[in-house]
Amino acid sequence: MTLLTVSNLSLGAGAKTLVDDISFAVAAGETLAIVGESGSGKTLSALTILNLLPPGITRMAGRVTLDGIDISTASPAAMQKLRGAAAGMIFQEPMSSLNPLQRIGKQIAEAIQLHEKLPRAVLRARVIALLREVGLSDAERRMDDYPHLLSGGQRQRVCIAIALANNPKLLIADEPTTALDVTLEKQILDLIAREQKARGLGVLLITHDLSLVRRYADRVLVMDQGRAIETGPTAAIFARPAQPQTIRLLAARNFDPPPPSNHAAVTLEARNLTVTFPILRGALRRKIGEIAAVDNVSLTLNAGETLGLVGESGSGKSTIALLLLRLIAFQGTVLLEGQDLARLSRKRLRAMRAKLQIVFQDPYGSLAPRLTIRDIVAEGLTVHTPDLDRATRDTRVATALREVGLPADAANRYPHEFSGGQRQRIAIARALILQPRVLVLDEPTSALDVTVQAEILLLLRSLQQRYGIAYLFISHDLNVIRALSHKIMVLNAGKVVEAGDATAIFANPQAEYTKTLLAAAGLLNAA
Amino acid sequence: MRLSPLWQRRLAVFRAHRRGRFSLFIFAAVFVISMGANFIANDKPLLMDYRGQLYIPAIQPIAESTFDPSFLPTEADYTNPQVQAAINAHGWMIWPPIPYRYDTIVWNAGAAAPSPPSLRNWLGTDEVSRDVLARVIYGLRLSILFGFGLTIVASIIGILAGAVQGFYGGLTDLLFQRFIEIWSGMPQLFLLIVLSSIIAPSFWVLLIFLLLFSWMTLTGVVRAEFLRARNIDYVRAAKALGVADMRIMLRHMLPNAMIATLTFLPFILSDSVTLLASLDFLGFGMPPGSPSLGELVAEAKDNLQAPWLGVTAFAVLGGILILLIFIGEAVRDSFDPRKTQ
Repeated sequence: MTLLTVSNLSLGAGAKTLVDDISFAVAAGETLAIVGESGSGKTLSALTILNLLPPGITRMAGRVTLDGIDISTASPAAMQKLRGAAAGMIFQEPMSSLNPLQRIGKQIAEAIQLHEKLPRAVLRARVIALLREVGLSDAERRMDDYPHLLSGGQRQRVCIAIALANNPKLLIADEPTTALDVTLEKQILDLIAREQKARGLGVLLITHDLSLVRRYADRVLVMDQGRAIETGPTAAIFARPAQPQTIRLLAARNFDPPPPSNHAAVTLEARNLTVTFPILRGALRRKIGEIAAVDNVSLTLNAGETLGLVGESGSGKSTIALLLLRLIAFQGTVLLEGQDLARLSRKRLRAMRAKLQIVFQDPYGSLAPRLTIRDIVAEGLTVHTPDLDRATRDTRVATALREVGLPADAANRYPHEFSGGQRQRIAIARALILQPRVLVLDEPTSALDVTVQAEILLLLRSLQQRYGIAYLFISHDLNVIRALSHKIMVLNAGKVVEAGDATAIFANPQAEYTKTLLAAAGLLNAA
Repeated sequence: MRLSPLWQRRLAVFRAHRRGRFSLFIFAAVFVISMGANFIANDKPLLMDYRGQLYIPAIQPIAESTFDPSFLPTEADYTNPQVQAAINAHGWMIWPPIPYRYDTIVWNAGAAAPSPPSLRNWLGTDEVSRDVLARVIYGLRLSILFGFGLTIVASIIGILAGAVQGFYGGLTDLLFQRFIEIWSGMPQLFLLIVLSSIIAPSFWVLLIFLLLFSWMTLTGVVRAEFLRARNIDYVRAAKALGVADMRIMLRHMLPNAMIATLTFLPFILSDSVTLLASLDFLGFGMPPGSPSLGELVAEAKDNLQAPWLGVTAFAVLGGILILLIFIGEAVRDSFDPRKTQ
């Protein structure tokens, strides 16, 4: 039975067409995934179904029939009934989709009360049953918690409970796991799949992540720049993609391992790294204990090789990046080409900094917004070779920009004129211009679309081959780690869980935690 | 000099801001006029020809005995009809549009002081029979100069203090914060009353005294911006590049704090103007007889039968504060990176 039919839908803002003539249908019990990069119109298409388009965006053509009712002719009151009762929706960021000032039980009860009046005791029982159903342990007590007391995964479970509160026939999940760690991602999607089976739901899954689609969707609709370019059963699309953009999307997640390196010299060696934060209590802020964000970690980087640092949020991987650059206090030794960074004087350290550079995650935060690209890229030169004349400096900047694949005229422009991927290239150029021996890459691709991710990864790989730079590559995304890393170190709660050759770990993980991570990412061989 | 593209865009945004632009023009006009107060409102002629020789009495002192040996060798009083007659007999004089200084007593205003507006005294006279318009022009000059002086110096000190607190954080921040809390708890007005009983307040004494307390306005904002900017990736990247602390503060962090600072500036400026006016109103401000807007308010309060005093004081003070805030809005918008894209 078809729950939802969208036919020839076009959306626009003013004269600009954002979604161009797309059609799809979802039947009870099936999962349709809409896949596309940011700006492809997938979220807008989903919002149309419940008439939730943001102001300024209008439906220009097309029909949406939800549970037999045409939403373009439905009255606001009828529409109100459809929301929640016919279709429930889950959003990307569970923290901002819950009201921080109300207890979660009340928020679920509110969703139920909008559609039916129930006595208090019955309502309470329904809320508890829903919370149990979505796997929140200790539901009676938990229903009186505020959202900030829950973890990200628990919050998303509450959101699912709200979406399911009125027994909808269709569940719309808009990037439901993008803000979550991989192991949570799997749990949440498994929960959705379980609910689907139990209730016979139709699920519309909107995502940019093809590895999720492969595992959870029956059919796929690929969107690109507002157009539906390809649709079909998941297995067929993955086996025989027809459109170039689909092929690109698929290829972007399917990397070969990096070519083996033949450099063997040790560039950076870190021993017994520990970073602790004091736990303070009471009015006098007495120190009652310590938390180790990084606990006795040792690592070695070889020239021309990449060490992949994997872990979920809170595992201490970014802390390691900051401490290697001596941006935070730590215990232990960091030897860069034989010199102990922890013991160098400020002046000597400044000279060493040219050899150890970093690229950050957020391409929007890592470039000073009020400086031109030339000033940003040249900054390291002005510090380390202050007597360079202007012309030489400009030439070096132009060379660095060319190497990261940016046009020469980029130098005169400002960061906001560039896309996320281009900004990340600029950040790489800023590090590269000093000819570093070690480059710390702290989730450099996490904020980017998959195809852009692939381009950046290829760029990093070719730079490494050309200059023999050692990379410390930090990511939560195992697919990306695999594309670049020769060696891998898995971190959990500040401790090393497993370390070794990338191929060996991917083929045959030893630690239980590593297996969980690989399974959650869909990379565990069924051996 | 060629402006950078960013500054060109900022200028364009400012130009597009009509209210701010007009306010700036009016404020600039008021500023220029009040700076030239000596040539607009003065009880001395602008230009004088006496026995074939040209004088500029508005800026050069001339002895009265020059015109008649029987007069005293003190500086000439050109409002004296005898002196006027002596000069007119052998030459001519050009008077400024308002022939009174802020302290000129108008003897023949007609009605009892304060006298209502008339053709000779456009805004009337105050309770000591001085021309109100002349006092307003001189008063504006004093207020604006005082406001600018206080704002600029207080802002520089405040920004530096906030920057140091936010950048270094930790113990530096903690001690500085506690100091500011104690310091801002000092009873400013009582101290000023005590001070004025020891030394006579003057422009510079007041400026330095008010500076001691007003630098704290910006510290909190700048500190917060610096604390935030400390963890922004591009600041971390600059640290990783080995850029010196001072340079990071000035080049990478200060621009972030500037937007917040600039939105505060017009308020600080108008606060300074108000502060001086209120001290004058209470009698703890400028020495008696100085042209001051606060004193005008006090006179208006004492002479409710003479509404021209109150209306003038209100219009001038209110007008200048509104202009400053409109200009501030336009400046803030033109520094907003979202509007200069």
